Amino acid sequence: MPGISTASLPDIVFMLLFFFMVSTVMRETELKIKLKLPFATEVQKLERKSLVSYIYVGKVGDQTGDKIQLNDRIADVSDVKYFVFAERESHPEDEVPLLTTSIKADIESSVGTITDIKEELRNVDALKINYSTRKGDIQGNLKK
Amino acid sequence: MADIAFLLLIFFLVTTTMDVDTGISRKLPEKQDPNIEPPKLKEKNVFVVTVNRNNDILVNGDTYMQVTELRERVIKFIDNGAGLGNSIDGAEPAECTWCEGEKDPNSSDHPNKAIISLESDRGTSYGTYIAVQNELVGAYSVLRNRLSNKLYGRSFDELAKESDKDPKNESLKAKVEDIKKKYPQIISEAEPFK
Repeated sequence: MPGISTASLPDIVFMLLFFFMVSTVMRETELKIKLKLPFATEVQKLERKSLVSYIYVGKVGDQTGDKIQLNDRIADVSDVKYFVFAERESHPEDEVPLLTTSIKADIESSVGTITDIKEELRNVDALKINYSTRKGDIQGNLKK
Repeated sequence: MADIAFLLLIFFLVTTTMDVDTGISRKLPEKQDPNIEPPKLKEKNVFVVTVNRNNDILVNGDTYMQVTELRERVIKFIDNGAGLGNSIDGAEPAECTWCEGEKDPNSSDHPNKAIISLESDRGTSYGTYIAVQNELVGAYSVLRNRLSNKLYGRSFDELAKESDKDPKNESLKAKVEDIKKKYPQIISEAEPFK
């Protein structure tokens, strides 16, 4: 019995290669904080990723207290408005009202930090927000 | 040839992140003029959920509750329909004909009057906060799905998804809007107490 012909192997591999090349999204920002998203069941998909900007909240290393990360660096709450302005600047004017801010906060961060961010966002009229979550049982959110 | 392709393939396999972003969407209230008095609300139309720094959940200031019990209580509150609602599209204020609640006079009048107020402490953990938010949104989607099933024989989630895919379909859009209007999501996130 002859062995299986491997002549078509490169074709198959190339096909897979192209699939992954096309579907790959390189991570734009490097996370400096520890991030474990909370779980939720009533989730909606975020459409049109180009209109979404991300604010990360979590702890850095072993330090106490929540830190806010905007783009690639740790920032202060007061920097959030400049972040929003920069985000608006980089989009055409007709897309500005559609911009959404996604808050990616660690499951253990405190609500106070989130509220400060929300207050800043309200100040600059960036009202569409999204609490980023993973799909899962909410019991996982509660501390034992 | 295949070796090089394999090498590239493995590189892209490793670097690929295929995460889909999901989350709970919310619209923040606009900044209010501090001189304007907030509108007076009847106490029976407000369902207050308080989460303290120990992540305990207190409802209407008197009942401790587990997260798992919350959804049912919220549904009961919204769906009560004891009185007249706010006028829809300039029509006369009318009773909630699609509600199936108990019509308890001490609970909410109408889904479009029923307000859920979520108070939290600065020290509340985000996980618990999201769990509570999830239950509140969940209560609304249960009600919307129920109404949609009754009126159109399909769940609201399906309708909304289809309408998203087919934005030109006006009748579908009208259905979605109609249900949203009948059970409007009114969740107020109060500023946390210091």
